Amino acid sequence: MANSASANNLDIFPEDLVQGTNDFHSITETVCGVIEAPKPPKAWYIIFGTALALLGVLGAMIVYLVTTGVGVWGNNQPVAWGWPIVNFVFWVGIGHAGTLISAVLFLFRQDWRTGINRFSEAMTIFAVVCAGMFPAIHVGRVWFIWWVFPLPNQMAMWPNFRSPLLWDVFAVSTYFSVSLLFWYMGLVPDLATVRDRAISKTKRFWYGLFSLGWTGSNRQWHRYERAYLLLAALATPLVLSVHSVVSFDFATSQLAGWHTTIFPPYFVAGAIFSGFAMVLTLSIPARKIFGLEELITLRHIDNMTKVIMATGMMVGYAYAMEFFMAWYSGNEYEGFTFINRAFGPYAWAYWIMVSCNVLSPQIFWFKKIRRNLVVVFIMSLFVNVGMWFERFVITVTSLNRDFLPSSWHYFTPTWVDILTLVGSFGLFFTLFMLFCRFLPQVAISEVKNVLPQAHPHHDAH
Amino acid sequence: MSAYQFPRWTSSLRPVIGFAAVIVPTYLVVLLATGLSAENLNVGYAPEQPIPFSHQLHAGELGMDCRYCHSTVEDGAMAALPQTSTCMNCHDKIRTDSPKLKPLRDAAISGDAIEWVRVHDLPEFAYFNHSAHLSAGVSCVDCHGRIDQMEVVRQEEPLSMGWCIDCHRDPAPRLRPQEHITDLGWATTEDRRLIGEKLMKDNHIDPRTDCSTCHR
Repeated sequence: MANSASANNLDIFPEDLVQGTNDFHSITETVCGVIEAPKPPKAWYIIFGTALALLGVLGAMIVYLVTTGVGVWGNNQPVAWGWPIVNFVFWVGIGHAGTLISAVLFLFRQDWRTGINRFSEAMTIFAVVCAGMFPAIHVGRVWFIWWVFPLPNQMAMWPNFRSPLLWDVFAVSTYFSVSLLFWYMGLVPDLATVRDRAISKTKRFWYGLFSLGWTGSNRQWHRYERAYLLLAALATPLVLSVHSVVSFDFATSQLAGWHTTIFPPYFVAGAIFSGFAMVLTLSIPARKIFGLEELITLRHIDNMTKVIMATGMMVGYAYAMEFFMAWYSGNEYEGFTFINRAFGPYAWAYWIMVSCNVLSPQIFWFKKIRRNLVVVFIMSLFVNVGMWFERFVITVTSLNRDFLPSSWHYFTPTWVDILTLVGSFGLFFTLFMLFCRFLPQVAISEVKNVLPQAHPHHDAH
Repeated sequence: MSAYQFPRWTSSLRPVIGFAAVIVPTYLVVLLATGLSAENLNVGYAPEQPIPFSHQLHAGELGMDCRYCHSTVEDGAMAALPQTSTCMNCHDKIRTDSPKLKPLRDAAISGDAIEWVRVHDLPEFAYFNHSAHLSAGVSCVDCHGRIDQMEVVRQEEPLSMGWCIDCHRDPAPRLRPQEHITDLGWATTEDRRLIGEKLMKDNHIDPRTDCSTCHR
């Protein structure tokens, strides 16, 4: 396109969100091509196969857990909250980037969200599925999990509304349902496109069923846009609320290292930080494997690394402020907890966390590195690891040195702990690979909106 | 190829979908709530016993006190079933050739226990103590109903956790003076709540409702 080249020459215009010589038709071809290809790329089989095997491991671990009891995990007094909670917070956090990209960036008219929003919304939903699994299985007797909901019952038993654990149930389930609705609604026009192009009868039926009779009429588009805007407005507070409530699980308890007011914003920043890292971890290989490089461009990746750098510094600030407060408050228990955190038995975990979360994103100050896919991919893995360790450090180091030195205990995970975490990645990637194969990975209709051709002044200047 | 749309007949489903969306969940909720309620699952259980012992005859017409047979009820957690010898106190003289009492006579000779079937069966994880309830002024009738009118003992109350908690939260209307504790038909013109409140005050009755009260 002539005008895309000219726009690139001017610094005030960012480079085009769609690269190459794409037009409306070629975008449809590119995205639908992934679904319509008779066979997915070889890499898909490898990843899907591995993920499926890990999902089997997860299933086996859950069966073992349920038939034996939670004693198969390393959780024990005083570290009653071990890996299940760490993994829960880790996965919920991952989900946050999806909502931020799809809702907040939409309201702020950030056009670069279009290339990656479908992707990250899917990631959100699958991450929340993984997250929701952990509290459910960690109750041990999983058939009683319905006790977490306020359902009238013959036991006259009612959840404690003053407990943040109950708020968590509402926060996470609201988050899941709103995210699912938002994702599905955005999918409808694209599903209709797939339906209209489908050759086989089965595909036409299923895509037809889920595209809800979409015809693409003006009236439908009008209502669609309205509903999308409303849902975006509804989902926006969730970006802040969900992880705030998750942080209350810790912050409302009377434990040094947990009982601080900085937790909600600190957790939200960390969640967005980890979520964007996961979007990068997923999108860098996916754009290559499925040939989406012209739709998910270096500019998208560049932008995401900037968000990572910003949120990474917020997280770093929070780490520093926790130490400052521990000293400034004059509370000796708080002081002990933080010295113990950095120099105690789990110092190794603390310094992994700091180097992954605070130091490593600093290399994104350089544009060259922001656009080096290999480095960005590796850095995104570092951030994922660092954020898992952040939750580990918060949960375990605060608990393992109890107020009574007689109950001090060094927590070690069991093999079941480890395989359950690994297996949860299996669940996540199984769902994600199915999504990649059967649903449009990029929001076709939205990307078309950011093409120069869609601009009213296209060709006028 | 023409665009795939929903076939025309699916339009006729639209009113049905609205109907089903209301009726089906309502039906399921009602079905679950009534089907799983302790009132429907537990109440009315009246198993056949090895000897067709009639409480109506013994406790009702003959006016025997509950404690004659269930002798540990005031002192122990369990309201003991009577030994065979307790029955034989009378039945070695009365109806000595009744065929219905043959298992009793056999047990008296062999020394084996009669295998009564437990009607009011609390789960193992629920701790219950008869003596604590009796000494507080809870009568037999409050949990077991009018046993003195039952030919065959049946479960009258759900014995569910919610049912226990109802009373633990508000015991006053169920409490009565000790002298009427086994008088299943006891009635008074006075206000039961006032009587109960006085008993609670005088005897420091304060039933707990925390988990470990019953789940120890």
